[in-house]
Amino acid sequence: MAEERHIFSVFVENRFGVLARVSGLFSGRGYNIDSLNVGETDDPQISHMTIVTHGDAQIIEQIYKHLNKLIDVIKVTDLTTENHVERELVLIKVHAEPQKRGEILQIVEIFRGRTVDVNPTTLTIEVTGDEGKLRAAVDMLRPYGIRDLVRTGKIATMRGGVR
Amino acid sequence: MATTSGANILIESLKRADVEYIFGVNGGAAMPIFDALYDAEGISLIPMRHEQGAAHAADGYARATGKVGVTLATSGPGATNLVTGIATAFMDSIPMVAITGQVYTHLIGNDAFQESDVIGVTRPVCKHSYLIKSSDEVAEVVASAMHIASTGRPGPVVIDFAKDAQIHESLFHYPEQVNIRSYKPKVDGHPRQIAKAVELIHSAERPMLYAGGGVVLSNASDELRELAIKTGIPVTVTLMGLGAFPETHPLSMQMPGMHGSCCANYAFTDSDLIIAIGARFDDRVTGNLDKFAPNAKKIHIDIDASCISKNVPVDVPIVGDAKRVLAEMNKLVHHVEIEPWMRQIDEWKEKYPFEYQQKGDKVMPQYVIEQIYDIFPDATVVADVGQHQMWAAQHFMYTEPRQFINSGGLGTMGFSLPAAIGAQFGCPDKTVININGDGSYIMTIQELIPAITYKLPLKIFIINNMYLGMVRQWQELFHNKRYAAVDYHDNPDFALLAQAFGATGLRVERVEDVRPALEKAKGVDDGPVVIDFIVDEEENVFPMVPAGAGLGDVIRGLA
Repeated sequence: MAEERHIFSVFVENRFGVLARVSGLFSGRGYNIDSLNVGETDDPQISHMTIVTHGDAQIIEQIYKHLNKLIDVIKVTDLTTENHVERELVLIKVHAEPQKRGEILQIVEIFRGRTVDVNPTTLTIEVTGDEGKLRAAVDMLRPYGIRDLVRTGKIATMRGGVR
Repeated sequence: MATTSGANILIESLKRADVEYIFGVNGGAAMPIFDALYDAEGISLIPMRHEQGAAHAADGYARATGKVGVTLATSGPGATNLVTGIATAFMDSIPMVAITGQVYTHLIGNDAFQESDVIGVTRPVCKHSYLIKSSDEVAEVVASAMHIASTGRPGPVVIDFAKDAQIHESLFHYPEQVNIRSYKPKVDGHPRQIAKAVELIHSAERPMLYAGGGVVLSNASDELRELAIKTGIPVTVTLMGLGAFPETHPLSMQMPGMHGSCCANYAFTDSDLIIAIGARFDDRVTGNLDKFAPNAKKIHIDIDASCISKNVPVDVPIVGDAKRVLAEMNKLVHHVEIEPWMRQIDEWKEKYPFEYQQKGDKVMPQYVIEQIYDIFPDATVVADVGQHQMWAAQHFMYTEPRQFINSGGLGTMGFSLPAAIGAQFGCPDKTVININGDGSYIMTIQELIPAITYKLPLKIFIINNMYLGMVRQWQELFHNKRYAAVDYHDNPDFALLAQAFGATGLRVERVEDVRPALEKAKGVDDGPVVIDFIVDEEENVFPMVPAGAGLGDVIRGLA
C-alpha cells in the first residue's frame, strides 16, 4: 500500500505524562512521527497537539484508533481529509557579510519574512507559512551559508466554524 | 468532618468499590498502606511471597469472578516485580488495579533508595496510570482507576502512590459517579451494522462463529449460546474464551489455531462467513494471514475499535459490547439452512478428534488430563504455559465461562499457581485445579506458602516431563533435536518438596496410580495437594500448525 502523510489534530487533557503516552503509542508500534507540536489551548486544562505522521492506509487507521483509545485524549481529527489551515515557523540564521545583506533582505521580503536578529556576520530570519513556502525560503538562503535552522513543526486547525 | 491519612482514604475508597481482597507484598514505601490494612475491616490483605505472585493472584481473582483484582507492592524492586503480572493482565484484558508505593515526592527523580519510574516502566503494559502526589487526590483516583479497569475493553490500571501522600491527611469524599470526559466507551453496536451482519448471516452457506475472551469478559456467554442455537451455526471458541460455549454441544468445533482442532481450522479455511466476537485474529489463531479464511466475509464485533481490521480486513465491523450487540442480533436472526456444511463439519469432527497414542506403559500426559476431567468435570482449571496448557485445553471439555484460566496473550510461565490462589479466594466453593508444568511450577513455587497458610484446597497437578517441553518440541521439529537449555532432569522431587513446604505431596509414575492419586486429592480439603505426574518425556502436542503455515496445512501427528 502507498504511504501517505497525515496531519492529526489531537485535543488532550493538559496533564502529567500525556506527551509520553502519545509518543509511546508511536514508538511502541514502530510508527513514525514527522513532527509533533504541543501547546495549551484557550482552556488551560486542554492542550492541543498537531502530529504529522506517515504510513499506509492501514497504519494511519491504527494511529487514529489508538490515539482515540488513550484515556487522556479528548478528540482526534485527521485534518488531511478536512479543509484545514496549516502553518509552520522557521528561524534561519544565515551567514551575511555586510555586502550580501541587501540581497538577503530582498529574499526575506519576497517571503514576507522578518529579520529578528542581526550581528556583523549573521542575520536571523523568521519565516512563517506552509511547507512549500518554507522549503523555497530555505533553498534561496542556503547558498549564503545556513548556520542554524530551527522549525516549530506544523500547527494546524480546521477551516470554518466551531468544533 | 475529620481528616484521615491518604493510606486510610485508599483503603476506604477500595472498600467503597467493593474490593474484598488485596494481594500484596510489604515494603518501605508502602508501609503506611499496609499499616492501614492491619486492622481494616471488610477488606483483607493476602500477603504473597513475591510481587509477581501477588499480581497474578489479583489477576486470577479477576478472571474467576469478573471483578477487579487488586495488587499492592512497594516502590522500586517491588514495583518492577509487578510488571510481568501487569503485562499479563494487559494482554488478556483483565480488570486489575496495581498499587505501588513511591518514594517521598521531594525525592522523586533523585535516584532515591528503591526508586523507579513506575509510570514510565509500566506505560506500554497498562491501560492507564496515575501518580498520586497529594492525599487530596486519592479517592478520585481510586474511583477513576476502578472505572477504567472494569469498563470498555478492561485492563490493568497502575496507581503509583508517593509515601508522603499516604501519610498526609485529607477529608475523605468518595465520588458517587465517575465522569471522565475523554473516556466514554461505546457499548451499543450501530443498528445498521447489526442489520447488515444479520443479512450476511442469513445468506451464508458456510458460516461459523469465532468467539474469544471478549465473550467471557462481557459475560455474553448466554447470548452467544442463544445465537448459535437459534441459527444453528457451528462455533469455535479460542483458548481465551474456552467454556463460553459448551464444548460438549454438537455445534462446538472446539478450539482453533496452532494446536486447535482440525475441524475448526479446516472450517476457517473453507468458510464463507466468519462472525468474530470478542476475538482479535491473533497470530496463534490465524496462522499465515495470506492463507487465512480466503473465501470468507468477516463480521467483527469488538469493544475496541483498534482491534478491528488490525490483522485481517473486516467487511462488517461492529464496535460495541459483545453482550449488548449479540442480544440485538438475537432479536433479528432465524435458523439458517446449512445442512451440507454441517455434514462436512461433523465429518471433520468425527475423523479428527484430539487424540494420542499410548506408548508402552508410559503415563501419557493427555491421559492424565482426561482422568482429571473425568473426576473433576466441574472444576475451575488454572493452567500455566506450555505443552500441558495445550493438553489441558484439548482434553478437558469446558462447559462454563471462567472455567478455564490461563495466560493466553503474554504466555507467562509461573502464572498459574498464584492465579489459582486468587481464583480460590474469589470462588471459595469451587474446586480449583492448577495444571502446571515442571518448568512453570518452579518459577513461582514460593506461592505454595500462602496456599498452605490459608488452607486453600488447591489441587496442584504437575505434568512433569523433565523438560521445558514446548521449547523441546520445537527443537525436535525445527532445530535438529538440539535440546539447548531445556533439560530439567535436575529438578527436585516435587512431592518431597511439597511436603517440606507443609503440603500433601504425591508422586505418580505408573498409569494405574493416576486415578487413585486423583481420588486421594479429591479428599484433601484442608490445604493444597501437589501431585507430581511423571509423564512420557518426549510426547508432542498435536495437531500443530507450524509457524508460517496456513491453517489448512495443519500437521495431525508424526508418521
